[in-house]
Amino acid sequence: MKRPEPFEIFQPTSIQEAREIHAQHGPGGYFLAGGTDLVIAIKEKGLLPRYVVDLKRIESLSGIREEADGSLVIGALTTMREVETSRVINKRFPFLAQSAAEVGSIQIRNRATIGGNIANATPSADVVPALLVLLAQVKISTSSGEKLLPLESVFLGPGKTVMERGDILTEIIIPPASVNLRGEYIKFSPREMMDLAYVGVAVALVTDGDANVCRKAVIALGAVAPVPMRARRAEAVLINNVINEESAERAGVAASDECAPISDVRSSAAYRRHMVRVNTKRAILNAASGRPENLPWLARRERRY
Amino acid sequence: MRRLAAQRTFPGWPEERGDIKKKIHITLNGEERTLEVFPYRLLLDQLRDEIGVTGTKEGCGTGDCGACTVLLNGKPVNSCLVFSGELDGADIVTIEGLKAGPELHPVQEAFRQDGGAQCGYCTPGMLMMTAALLKENEQPTEEDIRFALSGNLCRCTGYAKIIQAVQRAAEVMRERK
Repeated sequence: MKRPEPFEIFQPTSIQEAREIHAQHGPGGYFLAGGTDLVIAIKEKGLLPRYVVDLKRIESLSGIREEADGSLVIGALTTMREVETSRVINKRFPFLAQSAAEVGSIQIRNRATIGGNIANATPSADVVPALLVLLAQVKISTSSGEKLLPLESVFLGPGKTVMERGDILTEIIIPPASVNLRGEYIKFSPREMMDLAYVGVAVALVTDGDANVCRKAVIALGAVAPVPMRARRAEAVLINNVINEESAERAGVAASDECAPISDVRSSAAYRRHMVRVNTKRAILNAASGRPENLPWLARRERRY
Repeated sequence: MRRLAAQRTFPGWPEERGDIKKKIHITLNGEERTLEVFPYRLLLDQLRDEIGVTGTKEGCGTGDCGACTVLLNGKPVNSCLVFSGELDGADIVTIEGLKAGPELHPVQEAFRQDGGAQCGYCTPGMLMMTAALLKENEQPTEEDIRFALSGNLCRCTGYAKIIQAVQRAAEVMRERK
């Protein structure tokens, strides 16, 4: 295995300082969060940084906090393992905690960060669909000040985001959500662990009482388009309709029509499309039937409508 | 400890740059150390080739196999994905530091008794990950164990003996409390 060529590592303690170091030292600099993508890019993809700016010493970038208005703020350097085990996230959005738990191994999740997962813009990133259905926003520190953007608008293509050189993703903000919101994330891959999503489907629903009439529906798909995407036509199928086998099936068909998968080493496009249909239906029905308290995370594989 | 300079001459090893060496303080297996490190050198190589602590193994080099698992500030991580330049102030425990005193750690003893190791290459990583699991969860179910060890690959055992060993270690550790 190739070893990294020489470069310097800086460890700023504030965002301001990180931006200054990056500006002073010019091209060839990379920001380092968990390193689980950067080190692999160096070892396997021939990336040659001139210098690396480690963001882990910037305390304000880590941690999860609830704001008075009910929104939830996740620092970009918060590790996947922290998201997975966070009490507040498990209580309010268990499917988001689960989506983080789907990434790699515990060793990886102790290093990998939620901000890194977004900034790397892998179409199959597991936390992204779960964040999209929560209508998450991101805060980015840029040369012209702070920007607040909907997460959905951040991605431009595989590995490409709206962020420019020197920009730092600082926070992920989940706006206040209905206490009745129920969600589900299904990572479809043949292996239970240590694999990328062939298809990822996240669903968040707000329904009216016992009638199961859907008032709000947000559906997001991973790994089936150049960027993680909302499935708006599938959402439209559900809104103001009763959620049942038939409407969930129609939403699944709509989602599989609007996604744009490719064929690659993992799967053919046609198979991905079919799995979008099946898993969208399954995620909707699972979400609508509610997630039992303290669901062991592996039990999700046994949950079927 | 030995310094294994000869190890660093294999093809593809980068030229060293003394001008960007960085001074760091770490605790390695309970012992405080001040090191001058090449910041771009990976923790795994720092341990094996600079310090000469070779219990930690390299499998895949990309964070998939878990052979290089060490505890960094109490948490299991892949040492093949951590730069030395990130380590100032870090507390690192490798397989060499798992047991305290002359007796084996209960996890080591259980793997020995139950045949949780065959070729032994994955074993240091398995042991570190198991120790980390049992620190958080005294009574893991089989599913908990499989979940925790999913980032540690073993090509020999088929995992049955490993899971048995982890359960035995958990039992022993509960009894000792």
